[in-house]
Amino acid sequence: MALYSEKVMDHFLHPRNVGVIEDADGVGEVGNAKCGDIMKMYLKIDNDTITDVKFETFGCGSAIASSSMATEMIKGKPVSEARELTNKAVAEALDGLPDYKMHCSVLAEEAIKSALEDYESKNKAN
Amino acid sequence: MRNRFRFRIRRQSEKKHKGEYRIVIYADNAATTKMSDAAIEKMVALMKEQYGNPSSLYRFGQGAKEVLEEAREKVAKVIGAQPREILFTSGGSEADNQAILSAAKIGEAKGKKHIISSAFEHHAVLHTLNKLEKEGFEITLLDVHEDGLIRPEEVREAIREDTALVTIMFANNEIGTIQPIREIGAICREKQVLFHTDAVQAIGHLPINVEEDNIDMLSASSHKFHGPKGVGFLYAKKGIRLTNLIEGGAQERGKRAGTENVPGIAAMAVALEEAVANLDNYTKVVKARRDRLIEEIGKIPHSALNGDREHRLPSNVNFCFEGIEGESLLLLLDEKGIQASSGSACTSGSLDPSHVLLAIGRVHDVAHGSLRLSISEETSDEDVETIITSVKEVVEYLRGFSPIWRDLMSGKKQFIL
Repeated sequence: MALYSEKVMDHFLHPRNVGVIEDADGVGEVGNAKCGDIMKMYLKIDNDTITDVKFETFGCGSAIASSSMATEMIKGKPVSEARELTNKAVAEALDGLPDYKMHCSVLAEEAIKSALEDYESKNKAN
Repeated sequence: MRNRFRFRIRRQSEKKHKGEYRIVIYADNAATTKMSDAAIEKMVALMKEQYGNPSSLYRFGQGAKEVLEEAREKVAKVIGAQPREILFTSGGSEADNQAILSAAKIGEAKGKKHIISSAFEHHAVLHTLNKLEKEGFEITLLDVHEDGLIRPEEVREAIREDTALVTIMFANNEIGTIQPIREIGAICREKQVLFHTDAVQAIGHLPINVEEDNIDMLSASSHKFHGPKGVGFLYAKKGIRLTNLIEGGAQERGKRAGTENVPGIAAMAVALEEAVANLDNYTKVVKARRDRLIEEIGKIPHSALNGDREHRLPSNVNFCFEGIEGESLLLLLDEKGIQASSGSACTSGSLDPSHVLLAIGRVHDVAHGSLRLSISEETSDEDVETIITSVKEVVEYLRGFSPIWRDLMSGKKQFIL
């Protein structure tokens, strides 16, 4: 029995959407180095749809896999749908995470929400 | 801009074969070691031919008793003790518990309820001390400084009229630093305070003589020197009255009940004898490889060796790499067939990184990005080169998508290492 599912290992070894977006419409950074987990998400949004998303993560296997999966789940989706993303959905999509690693999926959800909030506040300003 | 980030796994040799997981380069000997062939042979032979209970009267049982006492003599000889001063246990943790609780009881009877230890002891020691604290004992944990070394003068200063015990580990399991045990022991002799050392990482790897090193009690664990798991021993100088952890039959002079694990104990004695006989060669060969690892891995920018460069176990390498996290580092090394360990929070199962790294002054951010390599004689020169290349690759890869590294490189955050 491995520590992580095949899906988690896949997203950990071959993370999707890694990188930054220079002119992002929304940027969210959550976590802190003290805890050992930081996720940063960049969103490109056109017509209320997430056209591109990139992430960078400092953290364990679950953290990297969760952030990678989360970006895949919101890419190409309308903002309204991305706003509904839950950590449970991310963990399920990864075929589950060990109990003590669930907080990594929570952080991924928070990172997305943080980026969306940033987009919202930038939008209101305009 | 990279669209798809891929980690190219260069497997050194077939790692997964028909679903069976095969070790390629095992660099986690501080966690546990492979049993030596001689130890395995001894254990199997005894399991097959000598399964008697040493407490039984008939000759077959007495045969088992002979094996047991022969093992006891071997172990005693190797550390410079008397056979009657050796108590067999289920491992290092049990030995630590029994040593400390015994010394506490002895001290308490004399009105002495102060114990001195260090900030980076193994949890078997620290948690036993916590338990005693709840029972009214006062515990002083000495500073281990940035180099991971206790200063003997600080032990002397800490000793009081009511000090019952000083317990300091011989060599630290995470950062490998070797403590000035002989000097500390001499101070304890002078002040007439009992001195215990958790020598779990040191036995079989460093020369130890309980007389010359001024040691009153010592804990050892078989599976750290190529013996079986589930076996260890406690050395207690003649005259020290041990308190039982386990009540029951009269085994081990009435100090540790339970039918003795004769095959395991005999195998441990064989492994210990082997290790000590081979110590000179082991030290020479393994140290050279350790030094190569330290030199090359140290070239990775913004990295730092944990613990004193000189006073460290021949097998131990421990680094912090700024900007990355330990568990992901280990998993990626595992994919490359290298088994190692880390002091990150994720690997310790708590929110804090290793108490050892924190004790030597590493801040959380940096302590999370740690790697411990503990090699053995089986780790070849080729393995060492593979480890070096792999560590460099993995650190670079992880830094490539770490937001912390990005902030450090852009100047948004200050480098610590």
